[in-house]
Amino acid sequence: MAQARQIFDENFLAIRAKLIEIAAVLDRIDRATAQAETDPARPEDNVDSDPRRPRVDEAIGILLRTGAQQGERAAALQQLFSRPYDPQWRDRFDI
Amino acid sequence: MDYIDPHIHMVSRITDDYATLARMGCVAISEPAFWAGFDRGSADGFRDYFRQLTEVEPKRAAVYGIQHYCWLCINAKEAENISLSRDVIAMIPEFLDAPGVLGIGEIGLNKNTRNEAIVFLEHLDLAAKYDQPILIHTPHLEDKFQGTRMILDMLDGDSRLDKSKILVDHVEEHTIAEVLNRGYWAGMTLYPVTKCTPERACDMIEKYGPERLMANSAGDWGPSKPTAIPDLIFEMRRRGHSESLIRRVVFENPIEFFKNSRNFKFHDRNQAAQP
Repeated sequence: MAQARQIFDENFLAIRAKLIEIAAVLDRIDRATAQAETDPARPEDNVDSDPRRPRVDEAIGILLRTGAQQGERAAALQQLFSRPYDPQWRDRFDI
Repeated sequence: MDYIDPHIHMVSRITDDYATLARMGCVAISEPAFWAGFDRGSADGFRDYFRQLTEVEPKRAAVYGIQHYCWLCINAKEAENISLSRDVIAMIPEFLDAPGVLGIGEIGLNKNTRNEAIVFLEHLDLAAKYDQPILIHTPHLEDKFQGTRMILDMLDGDSRLDKSKILVDHVEEHTIAEVLNRGYWAGMTLYPVTKCTPERACDMIEKYGPERLMANSAGDWGPSKPTAIPDLIFEMRRRGHSESLIRRVVFENPIEFFKNSRNFKFHDRNQAAQP
């Protein structure tokens, strides 16, 4: 397995580009939201009530994890974007 | 390096893709039955599709020295129609002895509905009755975790099934451990945007080891890359992994799993086809 320094060096530009891309998309949403606030034609054009929006913030928080959970960020993000599992699903479906 | 793509939908790909795969080292593929991009209207539509999988594609692949195998079922998306599903399931045994048919697949769940679960269970019953290996599709995106757990519940609930004959496909970081820990084979699909990149697949190989683990392209009619496995080979080499480890994941493991089928007659480049 490659060394940490090597992995970081090889991936720094990709990390930088992906983070900037996320920042730019969030900025774009904010700009559109601000514009909509002054546009009577689209009074409801925002994502404030979209349940996916706070999950994006939560995902960014997962990236900042340190300590015992820091090596499980990818799995934690996957879990965050997943529907919950109900162990009683067979009873619910009656099968 | 010679490799096998254990999950690719060549009916959706052009002949040039066969040529490219061959040049990249692909020596065999297995093609699970799947959704054609539209819902078929009758069981006869599936009969024609199964003829395409068992008669036409093997010939198209052979032109480029690629051995073609397949899996039969009605996919999870069309399984919402229980009546049609039962007609298709009743017809599948007609094809189980055809050369190259490895088993039942890709069955699974799509939106994790009751009808999908009923049809999945009926496919499991078919596989158990005819002693067939099974290839399983797990749902996409936010449905994957829930659906994978439901699938594992149903598999564990049928004591007739042999875990060594079951591949649970499209695993990702949040589902791979459960699949492997419960004793099943796991497949990682290298697919743009919605599944797994070669880099993340390589991470999972490093974390879980090569035991019962495979990779595939799932190349189909949507955005996908049929040469994704060579990308994984390249990434593993780039990270300094041994040729033996790479070969195990992309060549030896598929062969070991496919040997569960009596219709698997693989021959390497130096061998004549086994009778």
